[in-house]
Amino acid sequence: MHRLEGLSKLSGAERYLDDEPLEGALKGCLWGMTVRSPISRGKIRRIAYGAGFDWSKFVVVEPGDIPGPNETYLIENDQPVLAPGYVRHMHEAVALVAHEDRNLLRRAAASIRVEVDADPPALDFRVAPRADQIQRGSDNLIKKLQIKKGDVHAAFANAYKIVEGEYETGAQEHVYIENNAMSAWIEDGPNGDVVVVRGSMQCPYYVLNALKHALGRDETRVRVIQAPTGGGFGGKEDYPSTIALHCALLTLKAKRPVKIIYDRSEDMAATTKRHPSLVRHKTAVDKSGKLLAQQIEVILDGGAYVTLSPVVLSRGIIHAAGPYTCENVLIEGKAVLTNSVPYGAFRGFGAPQTIFACERHMDRIAHALGLDPIEVRRINLLKDGQTTSTQQTISGGTDRHALLNETLRVSAYDKHKRESEAFNKTHPYLRRGIGIATVLHGAGFTGNGEVYLNSKVDVGARPDGKIEVLAASTEMGQGTNTVFTRIAADAAGYDTADVVVGVPDTFRVPNSGPTVASRTVMVVGKLVERAIDDLAAQLGQNGKPLRGPSLKKAITDWHTTNPGKELKGRATYTPPPNVKFDDKNYVGDAYATFAWGACVAHVEVDLRTAAVRVLDFTAMQDIGKVINPVLAKGQVQGGVVQAIGWALSEEFKFKDGGMLNNTLTNYIIPTSDDVPPIRVVFHENPYPFGGGGAKGVGELPMDGPAPAILNAVAHATGADARAIPLTPEHLLPLL
Amino acid sequence: MNVLLPNSLAEACDFCAKQPDLIPLAGATDLLVHWPLRQAEHDKTYLDLSKLQELRTITWSANSLTLGALTTYWDVLQDPRAKSDFPLLIESARQVGAIQIQSRGTWAGNIANGSPAADGVPVLMAYDASVALTSKSGTRSVPLHEYYTGYRKSVRRSDELISAISIPLRRYDFAVFHKVGARRAQAITKIGLAMTRESAKPATWRVVANSVAATVKRCAAVENLLHAGAPIRKPEDFAAAIASDVTPIDDIRSTADYRRTVMARLLYHSLKGVSPAIS
Ligand SMILES: Cc1cc2nc3c(=O)[nH]c(=O)nc-3n(C[C@H](O)[C@H](O)[C@H](O)COP(=O)(O)OP(=O)(O)OC[C@H]3O[C@@H](n4cnc5c(N)ncnc54)[C@H](O)[C@@H]3O)c2cc1C
Repeated sequence: MHRLEGLSKLSGAERYLDDEPLEGALKGCLWGMTVRSPISRGKIRRIAYGAGFDWSKFVVVEPGDIPGPNETYLIENDQPVLAPGYVRHMHEAVALVAHEDRNLLRRAAASIRVEVDADPPALDFRVAPRADQIQRGSDNLIKKLQIKKGDVHAAFANAYKIVEGEYETGAQEHVYIENNAMSAWIEDGPNGDVVVVRGSMQCPYYVLNALKHALGRDETRVRVIQAPTGGGFGGKEDYPSTIALHCALLTLKAKRPVKIIYDRSEDMAATTKRHPSLVRHKTAVDKSGKLLAQQIEVILDGGAYVTLSPVVLSRGIIHAAGPYTCENVLIEGKAVLTNSVPYGAFRGFGAPQTIFACERHMDRIAHALGLDPIEVRRINLLKDGQTTSTQQTISGGTDRHALLNETLRVSAYDKHKRESEAFNKTHPYLRRGIGIATVLHGAGFTGNGEVYLNSKVDVGARPDGKIEVLAASTEMGQGTNTVFTRIAADAAGYDTADVVVGVPDTFRVPNSGPTVASRTVMVVGKLVERAIDDLAAQLGQNGKPLRGPSLKKAITDWHTTNPGKELKGRATYTPPPNVKFDDKNYVGDAYATFAWGACVAHVEVDLRTAAVRVLDFTAMQDIGKVINPVLAKGQVQGGVVQAIGWALSEEFKFKDGGMLNNTLTNYIIPTSDDVPPIRVVFHENPYPFGGGGAKGVGELPMDGPAPAILNAVAHATGADARAIPLTPEHLLPLL
Repeated sequence: MNVLLPNSLAEACDFCAKQPDLIPLAGATDLLVHWPLRQAEHDKTYLDLSKLQELRTITWSANSLTLGALTTYWDVLQDPRAKSDFPLLIESARQVGAIQIQSRGTWAGNIANGSPAADGVPVLMAYDASVALTSKSGTRSVPLHEYYTGYRKSVRRSDELISAISIPLRRYDFAVFHKVGARRAQAITKIGLAMTRESAKPATWRVVANSVAATVKRCAAVENLLHAGAPIRKPEDFAAAIASDVTPIDDIRSTADYRRTVMARLLYHSLKGVSPAIS
């Protein structure tokens, strides 16, 4: 099946919010802009609106204009909507201005000076804060978590060898193709006026909850609609709540529609990023490389507010021990507050950081023992019946050894290895090498998260017999609408042309949960199937559900006898049987299932410039049943490319806690010329509790490439790099 | 934004003579970057050269190649003779931006913009190009390696336009161009190098580096080493000459150390075996 919106996106016909003409609901629209903090921490003395502008012609919003609590609703409500007299990071929103002339607004906004008295910011999460930098509790700690299995200390005492290492990963910007963008206007409703917000987002109900909270309205008086969304990668998970609130506040004050469109520099500087990490490993091994004890410390930079850091940390530590079996594991994780932009969701959600450390460390263990990195992985890879660090017993029938062998075969690992070693003996300045990583990724929310979400999907049976999928899960370029159409058509016995996916609109769709955590196809897709089953059962006779043409006929017949009424099938999440997690002690089934992967990177290092080029890449994934091979392959290739950027070039340059290189010129993402051929291989092992038999695919591809590439660089040059991004400037001194 | 649209070079020079703060506008690929954010620039007056087709010319004569000021990278890429006579022009043109920029951006704009990272300038300088500066009072010719006087400063007067770039036709037996950017395409040069050796006896070396000084820089000390035939056995043997020729800095794109080290390595690996002194 073709991607539904493929043609409109390719031809440029798709209209993102910035392209939308100021007509209809946006007639008389004002442009909104954000006044931001010039420092990382301090007291706001005054907001000085520049001379030379007639400010009575502008709409200005300050914290006092917020009807409800000045809080952005999330895990903890510590992040203000607009900084109330005190700023905690550079570029934090302080006030809002709007005007109908976009250029005049830009000039006026540039004239505004936020006058501040600076306090000492905490800018390095790796070092303990000084007393004058403490802003939360006694130590700036946001969250601390622990996983404990067996007894690492006893195992260390008897180990053949102990290998230690410290690994670091940097921040990463999402670089979705469409910057954050939001519009808002006011409509009449049965319970009074309704604030409508329409924009680019992953999670309409997160936005709804944030609006309800800070505007002091219930869900009948706020409405959230998703506009065509040009990419998210986690960057539009929680941030849209902020920009939606800003837009809503301006519209409430102006009594006119408002659009806020960030330009690239603002988006890069002011919105969330991937959490930087520091991970320490101490591992006891026997002579053969078998893991006897893994002690792991994970520290994440949380940035200035709590936002999603506790859950990113949670996923991070659960993935920290890798896809290996080990009887003694101690993982301690903490997320700490600093005065950086709040770090947030980003594809992989903490797992790529800890897997980077784990997989680089596995190679270093092999090196320390004089063993082949493949062998060290082979003897430790989890087998069904063995347990993870949280003592989750692995089942499902995927043979991870076979997966590894197949990856080596497809990538021509042995051949490339041999040829690289021969090449390196003769070439004056190029060095080639090969590296591997084996990974896992838990799909869906962690632990009991899916139970708490209690997601719902409806399917509407329309008078013309077509079925409309009603879910809050968003299409943002990854193919949700295409895959939902396929799943619904298969479940109903319909032609895909008779399935429609409704626009996520909180007045029309139930809360199917956020579009994150690789959960859409697996979890929500299953709900789509079950909602159709429910519809088919409602119309069936003698307990026999209807399918295909008879279902379609039954729907049209029903509407003939019930004119003007609504017919819907419904489903609510129920967890797969026997999945139990103790979220206090971090023991049990952290995820209903894991997706598995292995990858191989073949690289070339230029000793003249220390530039690393990935020559060839193989990514093997077990993601259950593949619903749409083209889209799934696209997810994997895209993830690999994003990970290549994270590994090699996407470096944040900070000045006083603010991003200095906030342009696409100076924040270096890979171009098509930097990307190697990517061989994508799927190992299909249907997962009975996933939509169409699928497990999650969105994030797994982000996990393996960075360590595989650094392992390959080590093989090529002997450089023992332990931090990414490994830019030429960082690699040069190691060569 | 005020735009003046002259129909001829003479008319353009008249405008310049009357209004010294006019900003010439060729491909606009430098001028319009981040345009919405640069509101103050919107108030200035621009001299749009696009109607001056007389400047969009590539002329081969018996002893020189002349590029009119509106000649784009793409024009040179399409020229049948450029590749054999001036291969470095082709190599650098291919590495400027991507096709959109190559087909709008001009060589003269690259020179006039004055960025030390300009990729067109080093190869032109390595081919000993000179710049024709035209004003109401006539045209003068300035060797490109004497054009810059400091960071984004040049000998060009505000009433002058670059009208052409002229490159002497000579025989070269060695020519290389290196652009080291942070990625393989669409990158600003972190350190770049263009080198030529004229095959006349005695051989004349020209070594030009970009992104390592306030301007694109001809490297006299490195050239002297090569002319003297000093023995060179490793990249570090260039270190002293590099230190006297260039003054790289730490900035958001790279570090001074990186630039110096890579410059030495590029010189060494490019020249190894080219002359008997370097092995
Ligand atoms: C995406 C992108 C990628 C790029 N990549 C590269 C790259 O890889 N390498 C590189 O070197 N550059 C690059 N550039 C910069 C730019 O494209 C080049 O410098 C180009 O050659 C500028 O030419 P232009 O005709 O567009 O100049 P314009 O933008 O029109 O003008 C540039 C400057 O020169 C002046 N000027 C122009 N013509 C004349 C004249 N005849 N007389 C006097 N002054 C004049 C203008 O007033 C202005 O100050 C890139 C730009 C972009 C936007």
